[in-house]
Amino acid sequence: MMYGVSQFGYLVASALFIFALHWMNAPTTARKGVYAGGWGTAIAILVTWAEPSVIHHLWIILPIVAGFVVGVPLSRVPLTAVPQRTALSHAFGGAAAGLVGTAEYYLRLSEGVEFLTPFRMVALIAEIILGYLTLTGSLMAAGKLQEIKWVPQRPVTYPGQNVINLLLALTAIVLAGAVAMNPAAPWAPAAFAVIIALALLFGVLLIIPIGGADMPTVIAILNSYAGLSAVAMGFVLDNKLLITAGALDGSSGLILAIIMCKAMNRSFTNVLFGAFGQVQQAKAGAEERVYKSETPEGAAQALEQASSVVIIPGYGMAVAQAQHKVRELYDQLKKRGITVKFAIHPVAGRMPGHMNVLLAEADIPYTDLVEMDEINPDMPQVDVALVVGANDVVNPAARTDKSSPIYGMPIIDADKARSVFAIKRSKNPGFAGIDNELYFSDRTWMLFGDAKNVIGELVKQFAGPGMH
Amino acid sequence: MDFWPTIYVFVLATFIGLGVIRRVSRLLHTPLMSLTNAISAIAVVGAILVAGGDYPLRIRVLGAIALFASTTNIVSGFLITDRMLRMFKTDKPSGGAA
Repeated sequence: MMYGVSQFGYLVASALFIFALHWMNAPTTARKGVYAGGWGTAIAILVTWAEPSVIHHLWIILPIVAGFVVGVPLSRVPLTAVPQRTALSHAFGGAAAGLVGTAEYYLRLSEGVEFLTPFRMVALIAEIILGYLTLTGSLMAAGKLQEIKWVPQRPVTYPGQNVINLLLALTAIVLAGAVAMNPAAPWAPAAFAVIIALALLFGVLLIIPIGGADMPTVIAILNSYAGLSAVAMGFVLDNKLLITAGALDGSSGLILAIIMCKAMNRSFTNVLFGAFGQVQQAKAGAEERVYKSETPEGAAQALEQASSVVIIPGYGMAVAQAQHKVRELYDQLKKRGITVKFAIHPVAGRMPGHMNVLLAEADIPYTDLVEMDEINPDMPQVDVALVVGANDVVNPAARTDKSSPIYGMPIIDADKARSVFAIKRSKNPGFAGIDNELYFSDRTWMLFGDAKNVIGELVKQFAGPGMH
Repeated sequence: MDFWPTIYVFVLATFIGLGVIRRVSRLLHTPLMSLTNAISAIAVVGAILVAGGDYPLRIRVLGAIALFASTTNIVSGFLITDRMLRMFKTDKPSGGAA
C-alpha cells in the first residue's frame, strides 16, 4: 500500500518536473514552471518522509531548517554574483550525491553486502566520482568567479598536465573496477576511500587550467555532472524519480554546454584540455597600434544623431554593475525616438544567459534583447554600435585571422555598423588575452573607463541642458 | 536485481530532457540552470532515507549533511529562479519613458 502511494507520488513529481522545464520555453509561462518544480519536490519529500523506514524525524527537520537558513540568503545575492551562486549550488548538489553514495556503501558493507550487486556498485562508484568531482570542481569555479585570492584566476598549466590527469583517471577507473567486483573484500573500504580522494583531487585539477572566458561552458558541464550523479544515485536506490530528474538536469547541462561550445567554435575536449588562455603569446611583438579615443561629449552627440543604436554588453558591464546606467541611457535614447536594441552573444558574461538576466533586472524589456544570429544581418544599417565591456565576442579576427585563437568563433558584427563606440576598462587585452581588431578600425572610437562611469557620463550629456 | 527497467527510464527521460530543453528560450538560460539545479536536488530523497533510517550514527551524519546541502539547493534554487523570472517584462513599468 505504502509502496503504491510513494511510487504514485514520485510519478506525479516526475511529470511536474517535465512540465516545469516545458514552461521555460517562454518568459510568459516560465514562472508556472517554478511552481510546478516546487510542488514536485515537495511531494517527493513528503512521500519519502512518510516511508516506514524513516524514524529519526529530528534528523530530518534540523538539516531542512539549516538548509532554509542558508538557502534563503543565497537566493538573494546580487545578480552579478549569479554565476558564483550557480557554481556553488552545483558543488552542494555534488556533495549531496557523494555523501549519500558514501553512506550507502559503508552501510551496506556492515549490514547487507548482498545489496551491493556489481550493477549497483558501478552506479554507486559513478555516483561518488561524479559527486565529489563536481564538489571540488564547482568550488574552484566559484572561487575563480568570485575572484577569491588563493584561487588562481589565470589558467594554470604545467608540462604533462593532461598525462597526469589521464593517469589519475585511469587509476580511479582501475580501482573502481576492482571495488565493484569485490565490494566486500578486506581492502575494498580503503580502496573506496582512495577513489573518493582521487575524485576530489580530479575536480580541482580539471578546473585550474580553465580560463574565465570558458566559464560558461564549464558551468554547464558541471551542471550536467551534478545531474548525472543524481541519475547514478537513482540506479543505486532503484528510484525512478531520481533517474528522471537527474536525466533532465544532465541533458540540460549538456545542451547548454553544446550551445556554448558552438558559440565559441570549440569542442568539449578543447575546452577541458586546451587551456585557452595560454595561446595568447602567438601575436605578442606585433607593432604598436593606436586607438582613437573619444570624449563622452562626442559620443553623446553621435548617439543623438543616430536613428538606430545597438548596445553590445559583455562581462565588463557585469563587473562594473553598469546595467542600471545602461537602462538610463536606453531611456534617454528611446525618448528621442531612437531605435535601441541589445545584441546578446551566447557566451557574453560568465554563464549562459548572464546578460539577459542583468538587463532584465534593469527593467529593459526582453523584447529588445536580440540574439546574435538575428541581429547580425541588420548590423550594416545600424548607425552606432555601443560596445559595453564586451571584447572577444566582437573581435573581427574571428572571421578573418586564421592565426587567431578565436578564429571561427561566431561574433556579433559590430565592425559592420556605421560607427562603433567601445567602452573598455583598460588598454589591456580581454580575458582571452587577444588583441581586438575592432578597436583599431577607422570607424571605431574608444571610451576608456569603468563602464558604469562612462555610461553615467553619457547619460549626463543627454540629461543636461545642452542637448535637446 | 533486474536493472533494465531503470536503464529504460534513464534513456527515455534523457530524450524528453533533450527535446524539452532545446525549446527553452535563450533569454532564460540562466534561470533554466538554477531551475534544473533545484530539480536535481531531488537527491534529497536519498538523503532523507539515509538520515532518517535506523542506521549507525556516522551513516546518519553523512545523510544529514547531504540533506542540508540538497535543501539549500532546493530553497535557493527555486527562490532565485522565481526572482529572476519576475524581472523579465515586455514593457517598462509605468512612467519609464515619460
